[in-house]
Amino acid sequence: MKTNHTYSFISLTVILLFCFVLNISLGSVSIPLGAIIESLFGTAENTTWQVIITDFRLPKAITAILVGSGLGISGLLMQTLFRNPLAGPFVLGISSGASLGVALVILGSGLFGGLFATTLISKWSIVIAASLGSFLVLLAVLAVSSKVRDTMAILIIGLMFGSITAAVVSVLSYFSSAEQLQQYIFWGFGSLSNLSWEELLIFFGIYGIGILLSIASIKGLNSLLLGDNYAKSLGLNLKQSRYIIIIATSLIAGTITAFAGPIAFIGLAIPHLTRQIFKTSNHKILLPAVFLFGAIVMLICDSIAQVPSSDYVLPINAITALVGAPVVIWLLVRQRKMMF
Amino acid sequence: MNMTAERQHIILKADQLSIGYKTKKKETVVASDINFELQKGHLIGLVGANGIGKSTLLRTLIKVQPALSGNISLNGKNIQTTTNLELAKHLSIVLTEPLTSKNLTVFELVALGRHPYTNWIGNLTEADDSIISNSLELVNITELKDKRCYELSDGQLQKVMIARALAQDTAIIVLDEPTTHLDMYHKAYILKLLQTLTKETGKTILFSSHEIDLAIQLCDTMIVMQKDKMVFDQPCKLISEGVFNSLFPKDLIVFDEKIGSFRVNK
Repeated sequence: MKTNHTYSFISLTVILLFCFVLNISLGSVSIPLGAIIESLFGTAENTTWQVIITDFRLPKAITAILVGSGLGISGLLMQTLFRNPLAGPFVLGISSGASLGVALVILGSGLFGGLFATTLISKWSIVIAASLGSFLVLLAVLAVSSKVRDTMAILIIGLMFGSITAAVVSVLSYFSSAEQLQQYIFWGFGSLSNLSWEELLIFFGIYGIGILLSIASIKGLNSLLLGDNYAKSLGLNLKQSRYIIIIATSLIAGTITAFAGPIAFIGLAIPHLTRQIFKTSNHKILLPAVFLFGAIVMLICDSIAQVPSSDYVLPINAITALVGAPVVIWLLVRQRKMMF
Repeated sequence: MNMTAERQHIILKADQLSIGYKTKKKETVVASDINFELQKGHLIGLVGANGIGKSTLLRTLIKVQPALSGNISLNGKNIQTTTNLELAKHLSIVLTEPLTSKNLTVFELVALGRHPYTNWIGNLTEADDSIISNSLELVNITELKDKRCYELSDGQLQKVMIARALAQDTAIIVLDEPTTHLDMYHKAYILKLLQTLTKETGKTILFSSHEIDLAIQLCDTMIVMQKDKMVFDQPCKLISEGVFNSLFPKDLIVFDEKIGSFRVNK
C-alpha cells in the first residue's frame, strides 16, 4: 500500500514543478524559457524580464500554490469535522465575514460618509477589513458553538451567520453607487496577482501556522472518521480537537480570502478529487495529496485565466469552477460512487 | 464461593448508580439504584424491554453521558475523573451508530484501535502491527484485511468493529446491541464469538441485547432491567427466581423455565 502511494506522490510533485514553471512562463510578455530560469536565479541579462519574473510572475505563482493548497486542506478539515461531503472552507461563514468587512469598507463609504470617503480605498484596508470580518464572524461562531455539543449544529450556525452577512451586504449594495458596486464585484472575482513580497511573507506566515495545526490534527481527524463517540472512546479530547481544526481552517481560509478574495469551488472539490484518485480516507495520505492537488489545480486555473499570449486576465473565481466542476462531475460519473 | 478472591478481579463496578437525563429545569430519571460488579473474563448480557434504559445505562458506563448520581469505577478508578485517553486504555466500545466513513480498509479501521498508544501522528510500530493481526485472527477476518468497509455485509462489519475494540487492548469491551440487523445464525455467531473471546483473552465483555434466550445460554452473568428494579445474577439463578417471567406483559409470550426460552401463548 505504501509503495504505490510513494509513486503517486513523486509524480504529483513533478507535475507541480512542471505547472509552476509553465505558470511562470505564460503571460502577456513572452519570455524564453532559458531567460526565465536565469531570472529565477537572478542572473538574467534582460532586467525587464528579470523584474517581470521576480516581482510579478513568481509572487503570483507562489500565491496560487498557497491559495490552492490552503483551500484544499481547509476543505478537507471541514468535510471530516462535519461528516459532510458538501462542507468547504467557507461553511463557518469565513468568506461571508470577509465579504461583509470588504463591503463595509467599499460600499459603506457612501453610507457612513466622511471617515472612509476621504481615505482612498487602499489594498491594505481591504485586506484588514476582510481579515477583521472573517475573524469576527468566526469568533461569533466559536462562541455559539461552545454552547452546543453537536458538531452538526456548528455547521448550521456557520451557514446562518453566512446568511446574515449576505443580507447585510445586499442592503449595503442597494444604497451604493455603481462605481462602488463595481469595485466590490471586482474584489469578489478573486485575484492572485499584485501581492508584494512583504505581503506574501505575512500571508505565508499565517498560512504556515494553519498548516502546522492541520498536520497536528491528522490523528484526531482519522479517529473522527468513526464518528464523535468512537473518537472520544479512542481518547480524543473532542472539544479541543474541534477548536484546533476550526482555528486552523479559519487561519488558512481567512488569510486567503483577505489576500486573494473569496475563491470558490477549490476547497470543496479538491478533497473529493483527491479521495477519488488516491482511494483512501486516511488523512496521513490525504493531507499531503490535497496539498499537491490544490496547488496544481490552482496553477493550471491561473494559467488559463491569463489567456496565454493576450492581455486579458479572466476572473480566477470563474475559472476555478469552469475548469473544476466538469472534472468532478466526470470523476463521479466514471466511478459511480462517491468516496468519503 | 470464595468472596475475597473474586473481589480482586472486579473490572467494572456500579454503585448506587442513577441514570437519566438532566436539563436545567428538570431531571428525568430513567433508572436508579443500579448496583453490579463485573468480573474479569466474564461475558455479561444486559437485557430488558424496549425503552427500559439499556442504552442509557451503557452510554453512562462508557462516559458518553454523565450519571445523575452514584459511582462507576473501572479497575478501581472513578470514570468521571479519568481522562478520555486514560479511559481509552481500559474500555473500548462497539456502538450501533453507523460509521462516518466506510471508505477505510478493514486493516485501517482496526488499526484506529491503536490510537491511544500511538505517537502524535498515529504511526504504527511492529508491536502495533502484530496486535492488529492478532485481533483480526481472533475474530477470523484476516482474509478481509484489505477489503473496504462499504464492501462488507452487516455481520462482517460487526466482526470488524469487534476486532477494532480488541486491538484497543482494554480490560473491558462494551457493545450496544451487537446483534441488531443480523440473521439468526449471525446473531448466535457473534454472541458465541464474544463468549470465546472472554475465555481466550480474559477480557470482560458487556453487551446489551434482545436475544434473551441466546444470552441465557452463553453469559456468565446477566443484568436484567425491569421497570422498578434491576437484577444482576447468573442466568440459572435468574431463571429459578422467575425474573424472566415478569420481564414482559404475559398476554403474548411466556417464559418456559424447562427450555430456558420464551414461547408464544397459543
